[in-house]
Amino acid sequence: MSEVTQLIHQYLRHNKKFPHVLCPGCGHGIAMGSIVRSVHAQGWSKDDVVVVAGIGCSGRIAVYMDFNTVHTTHGRALTFATGIKMAKPEMHVIVIMGDGDALSIGGNHLIHAARKNIGLTAIILNNNIYGMTGGQCSSTTPTGDFSMTTPYGQLEKSFDIVELARAAGANFVARGTAFHAQQLDRIMTTAFGRPGFNLVEVFTPCHTQYGRKNKFKNPVEMYKHISKTTMPLEAWSKLEPEKRAERTPVGVFVERDEPGLEERYMEMKKKLLGSAQ
Amino acid sequence: MSKKKGSTQVTIFPDWCKGCGICAAFCPGKVMIVDQTGKAKVVREEECINCGFCELHCPDFAIMVSPKNGAPERDAAQDDGPAAPAPAPEAAPAPTAPVPKAAASKAKAQKTAAKKAPAKKAAQRDPNKKA
Repeated sequence: MSEVTQLIHQYLRHNKKFPHVLCPGCGHGIAMGSIVRSVHAQGWSKDDVVVVAGIGCSGRIAVYMDFNTVHTTHGRALTFATGIKMAKPEMHVIVIMGDGDALSIGGNHLIHAARKNIGLTAIILNNNIYGMTGGQCSSTTPTGDFSMTTPYGQLEKSFDIVELARAAGANFVARGTAFHAQQLDRIMTTAFGRPGFNLVEVFTPCHTQYGRKNKFKNPVEMYKHISKTTMPLEAWSKLEPEKRAERTPVGVFVERDEPGLEERYMEMKKKLLGSAQ
Repeated sequence: MSKKKGSTQVTIFPDWCKGCGICAAFCPGKVMIVDQTGKAKVVREEECINCGFCELHCPDFAIMVSPKNGAPERDAAQDDGPAAPAPAPEAAPAPTAPVPKAAASKAKAQKTAAKKAPAKKAAQRDPNKKA
């Protein structure tokens, strides 16, 4: 297995300060490794990959990876990525966002990027909380869970990212977890090789902010919790409806093969140029 | 490499380890512990079955499981890891950072050439050097 760590070290920027700033045991590091392995599995050159990240813990990932990277403003990672993809359709664009970044501040951009079906892969690292800014509840904090701003429990319902993206028209929607790294690798490798808007939600534990308010004393307990509360989609769909609420399905939910916006744009351009001559 | 006990060497880069304890908690052979200094430490290397869990799940990329001297190479068919559909690792784009490139290519050359070369040299590489 020694090739795994060696491979990741090849894709890191060694002029940055390591170890990285993420908390000990943070799942973002595992997701970062998964992105590196999936890009490598596609066989893409580093120069052909653009990583766009927003603000938050997930934003730091773009800093450490040795691709063309943009660290953008809060919630606007998808808008920057749309511009990059339309200007340079040959580039492979990967957008890394947190749950607050993608669904609260940039929620509008997410649904419209999915509607436009722009050809990029959006990776949403969902840790159920605003980790970097001090543990405020986010739009994905489950009902009844505690956070810095909901000391008596969250009253609101949380977003289901998969259902949201499915309804908005994304080409590919999948969910993985940081605990199931091999499955996450498979999902990401599939997503990177597909046309149109691909969305991958990744459950990553935040024990520093979410865990300490919800009786998870260390990262290991959070990983055990993730392992206990998730199950493959195939097994989940066979469960009785009343038991389904206890588990979260993990796997590939939507696979459509519609051409991306940039492909349709190039076609239109060709057609218009042809009619002008 | 086969999943046989004792045919692997587990290396931890202490400078990169933050002591989160994931490797120690989920290792099926209980190879590692988190010691008093707050870093992971290899205590029962002979129990390692080369499952690769620690290497895939280390958030800080601080663990490397490598074949011991003279151990047979892992079959491609057995390798259910992510790199399975990948092209040959040599085809990977050249890394810009000089330190890991040298170390990684050296390690690969050693591995592919005769599998005699000590993996230790490659293991004691970059993470100890902070830029």
